[in-house]
Amino acid sequence: MKTIINSIGALALVASAFLMNSCQPKGPQEAVVGNAAAKVYVAPGQYDEFYNFVSGGFSGQVSVYGLPSGRLFRVIPTFSADPQTGYGYSEETKDMLKTSHGYVPWDDFHHTALSTTNGEHDGRWLFGNANNTPRVARINLKSFRTEEILEIPNSGGNHSSPFITENTEYVVAGTRFSVPMGANKDVPISSYKENFKGSISFIKVDQTTGDMSIAFQLRTPGFNYDLSRTGKGPSHGWFFFSCYNTEQAHTLLEVNASQNDKDFIMAVNWKKAEEYIAKGEGEKVKARYAHNVYSEKTHMTTSTIKDEVLVLDIMKYPDIVYFIPCPKSPHGCDVDPSGEYIVGSGKLAAMMPVFSFTKIQTAIANKDYEGDFQGIPVIKYESALHGEVQKPGLGPLHTEFDGNGNAYTSMFVSSEIVKWNVKTLEVLDRVPTYYSIGHLCVPGGPTKKPHGKYVIAYNKITKDRYLPTGPELTQSAQLYDISGDKMQLLLDFPTIGEPHYAEAIPASMLTAGSTKIYKLEENEHPYAAKGEKFTKVERNGNQVHVYMTAIRSHLTPDNIEGVRVGDEVYFHVTNLEQDWDVPHGFAIRGALNAEILVMPGETQTLKWKPQEAGVVPFYCTDFCSALHQEMSGYIRISPAGSNTPLKFSTGDTED
Amino acid sequence: MINIIKPNDQSHFDLILTSYFVSLMKNSKQTMKKILTILIAMTLFWSCAPDKPTNQEEFPDQPAAKSAVESQIMDPTKGIGAVKNVTLKTPLEQERVSRGIAIYEMKCSACHRLDEKRVVGPGWKDITKTRKPEWIMNMVTNVDVMLEQDAEAQKLLELCLTRMPNQNVSIGDARDVLEYMRQNDGEK
Ligand code: HEC
Ligand SMILES: [Cu+2]
Repeated sequence: MKTIINSIGALALVASAFLMNSCQPKGPQEAVVGNAAAKVYVAPGQYDEFYNFVSGGFSGQVSVYGLPSGRLFRVIPTFSADPQTGYGYSEETKDMLKTSHGYVPWDDFHHTALSTTNGEHDGRWLFGNANNTPRVARINLKSFRTEEILEIPNSGGNHSSPFITENTEYVVAGTRFSVPMGANKDVPISSYKENFKGSISFIKVDQTTGDMSIAFQLRTPGFNYDLSRTGKGPSHGWFFFSCYNTEQAHTLLEVNASQNDKDFIMAVNWKKAEEYIAKGEGEKVKARYAHNVYSEKTHMTTSTIKDEVLVLDIMKYPDIVYFIPCPKSPHGCDVDPSGEYIVGSGKLAAMMPVFSFTKIQTAIANKDYEGDFQGIPVIKYESALHGEVQKPGLGPLHTEFDGNGNAYTSMFVSSEIVKWNVKTLEVLDRVPTYYSIGHLCVPGGPTKKPHGKYVIAYNKITKDRYLPTGPELTQSAQLYDISGDKMQLLLDFPTIGEPHYAEAIPASMLTAGSTKIYKLEENEHPYAAKGEKFTKVERNGNQVHVYMTAIRSHLTPDNIEGVRVGDEVYFHVTNLEQDWDVPHGFAIRGALNAEILVMPGETQTLKWKPQEAGVVPFYCTDFCSALHQEMSGYIRISPAGSNTPLKFSTGDTED
Repeated sequence: MINIIKPNDQSHFDLILTSYFVSLMKNSKQTMKKILTILIAMTLFWSCAPDKPTNQEEFPDQPAAKSAVESQIMDPTKGIGAVKNVTLKTPLEQERVSRGIAIYEMKCSACHRLDEKRVVGPGWKDITKTRKPEWIMNMVTNVDVMLEQDAEAQKLLELCLTRMPNQNVSIGDARDVLEYMRQNDGEK
């Protein structure tokens, strides 16, 4: 009874929302119906069926939810510093955020890419892009930690990234903004057509370590590269990119980049590019970019600045790249599980073209071109076209697929998900989203074998959906059951940051391999104290190194004297626990950076500069045992130049 | 049933455990019945155990359930866990002692002193005289179950009020620590 009243209430709310905003959906299923609650209920202590990795957009992180419950498990610090774990603040992790510009503590994380083998999820890594200061990150799916960040040179915003090839051979990083490249970058903005270039990086991934390196960059015409997808199955060896602003406007893009009836989908034959590289083609070009790798053995980051990339100018190799006309500023460019169909989503178009890989190949073989763009062949639209989805909805953005030949497209302007059949192009169903959906996710949707079952909408606007929280409101995710003919709304939940792309993987693929502890025996941190016997305090000029241990529930040493104003104190804290879920934290009054959280068997370092004489307490921040409140200590700070002897102890009661 | 022959040899334990079960299987109907009851008891135990995976996952050869059941049939003074029978040698095996010291310093010394003084955990002086070697090794390698179910371990917890942690110690390593404890208790 209560639920009925609730749903009537929800209906009324939704209805009033429609009245308020005529742009909002007018679909038939406005509220939750039937047994939705039962379908998302995961009883306390029970596990979810899927992990959902959701990019955090301007939060710079990725969050990990369970599906179908929508419970948030973890936020993995990636491109933004995270004071609560110490990521980006500790001496070990701060270099993860190093770039050629210096330390960049924030970014805009848009897209996830779960690694694949044979086009199917393999549960090894999750890649993510930094949109602002171009970077690609690799997260280890055993430790759920960011293990590597590679900066992308010659890029003006890393948006069409990170999309991966079928066997994770390459991660691509296409520049959203074209920028001047070459020796002289100090050129008039109005010389866009002449001086601005696009750049697509192919990042090679080491199949055992995951280590990333830029294999080559394609130098492409100057316009905007938006999104991308790999070919698979028959189209393995190809990559597809959506391009907008083929007008090559450099101001008021809102109007000036929306003039052409058609922009392009760029088809890249990367196997061809590989052949050229193997033949020694391409030019080594000076570049400066950072490569940061975190080691689970030393618990430290190694950051190196690289100074060169290999560039293939596609003007010189016209059989690497082909353009396919695509209506009105395409955004999503998605390849179906069979690898045959490529869906272009023109944000401003009233229909959606679906291209056929077979037809594209035939057109190329027959030179069935309508012309060229700066020497690059432009395939005839009709020759590449499988067909058009008519009147799908307003503002199509992205498409995901289930395992039954259906596609699900997000409609930003009309706030809905539209389900259609890839072969017949017939629209089968539509459901409203609340509101203004951006990306969407079907578990395994970009792979050869989608897991199906759900589609999740990631919405930009929540307005009246939750309790108000002042001017700034949360974004949201909405979960729909897609197991039947009709999509059914089950749940919505707030998100971290502004989610863009997200992916889901069956939990069973990750749980068994999840890291529980770091083995003390394998800890190779140069400042680790692997046992209390090895704790000490060492002075080296004005640097003081404290080799400290933490275990339930004391820190060793916990009394330190002989440190002076003007010193730099490094607390190297090794957590001696070897059991799962027993981190210790370390915080000290007046620290200008953050705290550190130290996992079992790990060593992390907090740097601290005492400012005045006195005795300063420090303590463990992670409630670790019944005696956690006792887990603390003191450091005595003497004035600069004084000669209080260096001394440290734990458990000594006499002086 | 278990004889410790080679130090640090986990696979050896696996072998012996497996052969134990194989020999059971080959025996009469009665044993089959026994296995059945054990299995049922295991299921019962599991169904009320928390879902959260315990440290037992890391030592799949010594699941908590099995140990729990067997303990009812076996000598309670040996504790609960995979270690059933330890053969001690005289004189002490010096190789083990030196490995035992290294493990003690890395994983135990934060809480246990070598004299009788209790810090976080009880001091180790004379522990090998008051406890069976099997009990000590089970306490170290199966501590979560011991603290749940072994009366002696529970008494200690009431005294210390901090849970002895699982320090991810293999059976071979625990044997080495035991040898060091024997030395600490004055054995030669
Ligand atoms: C974080 C502190 C801590 C660490 C580290 C620790 N223990 Fe313990 N230990 C305890 C506590 C506390 C007890 C008492 C039982 C309880 O309260 O859980 C105990 C009890 C014991 C006992 C039984 C003592 C007796 O008097 O019967 C043994 C044996 C033992 N520990 C061995 C070890 C070994 C071996 C290691 C290293 C591999 C170790 N412990 C590491 C805290 C610790
Ligand atoms: Cu603590």
